[in-house]
Amino acid sequence: MLHTFVALVEDKPGVLTRVASLFRRLNVNIVSLTVGRSEREGVSRMTIVAEASPTAGHRITASLYKLENILEVDDVGQYACVTRELALIKVAATPQTRSHIFELVEVFRARIVDLAPESLMIEITGVSSKIEGLIQVLMESGDEILEVARTGRMVMRRGRHTSRVMEAMRIAGVPEAEILEPNVTAESGEESQLPQ
Amino acid sequence: MSSTPQNTRLTGSEIVWATLVGEGVTDVFGYPGGAILPVYDAMRKFPVRHILTRHEQGATHMADGYARASGKVGVAMATSGPGATNMVTGLATAMMDSVPIVCITGQVSSKVLGTDAFQEVDITGITLPITKHNYLVTRAEDIAPALREAFLVAKSGRPGPVLVDITKDAQQATAEFNFEAAAPKPYRPHPMRGHSADSISDAAKLIREAKRPVILAGHGIIQSGAFEQVRTLAERAQIPVASTLLGLGAFPASHELSLGMMGMHGEAWVNNAIQNADLLVACGMRFDDRVTGTLATYAPNAKKVHIEIDPAEINKNVKVDVALVGDLRQILEILLPQIPTCKSSPWVREINEMKGECAVRDIRNLPDNGHLYAAHVINDLWNATGGKAIIVTDVGQHQMWEAQYYKHDEPRTLVTSGGLGTMGFALPAAIGAKVACPDKEVWVIAGDGGIQMTACELSTIAQENLDLNIAIINNGFLGMVRQWQEFFYEKNYASSPILSPDFVKLADAHGIAGATVTKRSEVLPAVKSAREKKGPFLINFHVEKEDSVYPMIPQGKALHEMIRRPDNPLIETAEDA
Repeated sequence: MLHTFVALVEDKPGVLTRVASLFRRLNVNIVSLTVGRSEREGVSRMTIVAEASPTAGHRITASLYKLENILEVDDVGQYACVTRELALIKVAATPQTRSHIFELVEVFRARIVDLAPESLMIEITGVSSKIEGLIQVLMESGDEILEVARTGRMVMRRGRHTSRVMEAMRIAGVPEAEILEPNVTAESGEESQLPQ
Repeated sequence: MSSTPQNTRLTGSEIVWATLVGEGVTDVFGYPGGAILPVYDAMRKFPVRHILTRHEQGATHMADGYARASGKVGVAMATSGPGATNMVTGLATAMMDSVPIVCITGQVSSKVLGTDAFQEVDITGITLPITKHNYLVTRAEDIAPALREAFLVAKSGRPGPVLVDITKDAQQATAEFNFEAAAPKPYRPHPMRGHSADSISDAAKLIREAKRPVILAGHGIIQSGAFEQVRTLAERAQIPVASTLLGLGAFPASHELSLGMMGMHGEAWVNNAIQNADLLVACGMRFDDRVTGTLATYAPNAKKVHIEIDPAEINKNVKVDVALVGDLRQILEILLPQIPTCKSSPWVREINEMKGECAVRDIRNLPDNGHLYAAHVINDLWNATGGKAIIVTDVGQHQMWEAQYYKHDEPRTLVTSGGLGTMGFALPAAIGAKVACPDKEVWVIAGDGGIQMTACELSTIAQENLDLNIAIINNGFLGMVRQWQEFFYEKNYASSPILSPDFVKLADAHGIAGATVTKRSEVLPAVKSAREKKGPFLINFHVEKEDSVYPMIPQGKALHEMIRRPDNPLIETAEDA
């Protein structure tokens, strides 16, 4: 099954290798991996989607924590989350064949971000199945897809939940022992169910 | 530290030594070379003993043996390129057995990093999966913080090896040195560690209600210093104790509740006790495949309590009922008040009856037939040394016989490569153990195969005139390989017969005294002369060629499906007479 982990890591050379190497060592295939800055200076945020047995989540999380540069790991699969992926799709299209693509883009709530005499570029954001849906519809309608670039999934938990790192910063002054206790109410009580 | 004033401007090389001295390091094992020469040049200004090894692998095993024997962090040093890659096996050995060592390697200048410069190798990349953590340091001012953090990481939590790779220009540049200011942040405990009052009382309840409990004693008891607590638990609740290979010495072998080593070459009563148990209390061990046999049939009727510092080990191999994740000693301190005293246990008597049944098969109970068996040698060595020596074993048959016949009553008296099973470990590791514990008697027990993998370190022993003794269990075979070939490959002894030099002559060439032993009657006199001789002594024991380690659980079999020791081993080997 697919597992999704959100990891906050120190922004240092080699940290990505350490994380990727761990999955390799556990013989777990990474389906997608996105890395970018987080809300805090010097801390990167990774979303890692991996294919592994249903019981592997605990071991992967525990093993990630053994890496010295890892600040926090969240196995988010069990929680309500917003998942997004961004894709750029370049399609061959002339002025004569453009119009039906504009319609499709409208239906999928995507955008045209580049228009050239013989091609156009679509930007689409959403869950992976939505992106795959657009690609499929384009192919079925006979359009030639020239290039696809996808970011891989980014995930954020719904509701008031925040990372323990941020939690600790927000309530600075509170004894550390209390910060390290998991915030139970935030995880169970205040999950809002916004439409996606 | 007092000897270096605060905020002194030092070269990176001086910072290396000043930081090591500040961390309490007194001994370093290493081998100089181009990219580490500035550090070697600065060494004379600092109160550190440097032991020149003959190979960098030896340096890592020495640091490892030093750490295992003393509980301190061992330090090894090497140059870039081949010096660094030679450390790989030693790092992996320390990683598998959770031994705290810090390896310092020189690296080419930061300006030429990544250009395939002479003796450049990406050692931080190579050692990524076999170190707990590693650092590439390219600036003099980063040396002290990196080294100090390396020591903290190596010994904190579940210990392990750390490598610090320092570029030559960082060694040559200068920086302000302030030992205190370079202190690392407090070690971040693994966030998934933890045990609630509920889980502790669940464990206590299982222990109170168990009728047939067994404690599984692992390396973690030694690492955490929980000997007293484990002993109190065993005595108070009358729980027999089985040990892993690395757990030997964590619980006194002469104790009436001690069962001995479990697993692939554990005695029949140990493994049968585990298979028939209704509760296993696993203390600082990780249910390695050599311990469990096939998992499907492992201790089928037992509840399992796992006390372990590494959360990644929980439910990895064996699904447990209660997991207490954290420092073993602290957890047992909380648990013990909830354990009532129990007078005697029919379960212990039942196991003792099993022991009696096995004694008739024991090779030590047979009359001397003129053959020399490794078991005799080790048993006699145990008697002669009063069980007090630090024994450093290599890997193979002799290692298992040692585990069966040398009774370790104290922690840190057995140094052996368990997880990785590194042949060639014993001789260098014993050098480390002797340097760490100069007042202790140290014996190497190695096979004729393994000793040759690192025999170059005999020269190190001679140069340092170390008073340690070497027992070679010489059977002319790679013994464990031969045994597997006998049992599982129809006696096709492919490449397992091994020709060795005359080890006594080899020792003599190094100026090391030695003796050859071929009969049982010669064992004790030879051991006596080795013990009396100041300085190193080597004994070449020519033992039975095709002897096997029993019992043995074939791979993929359950613990109770062991190949038992033959009733009379003399019949097995009579044709050699």
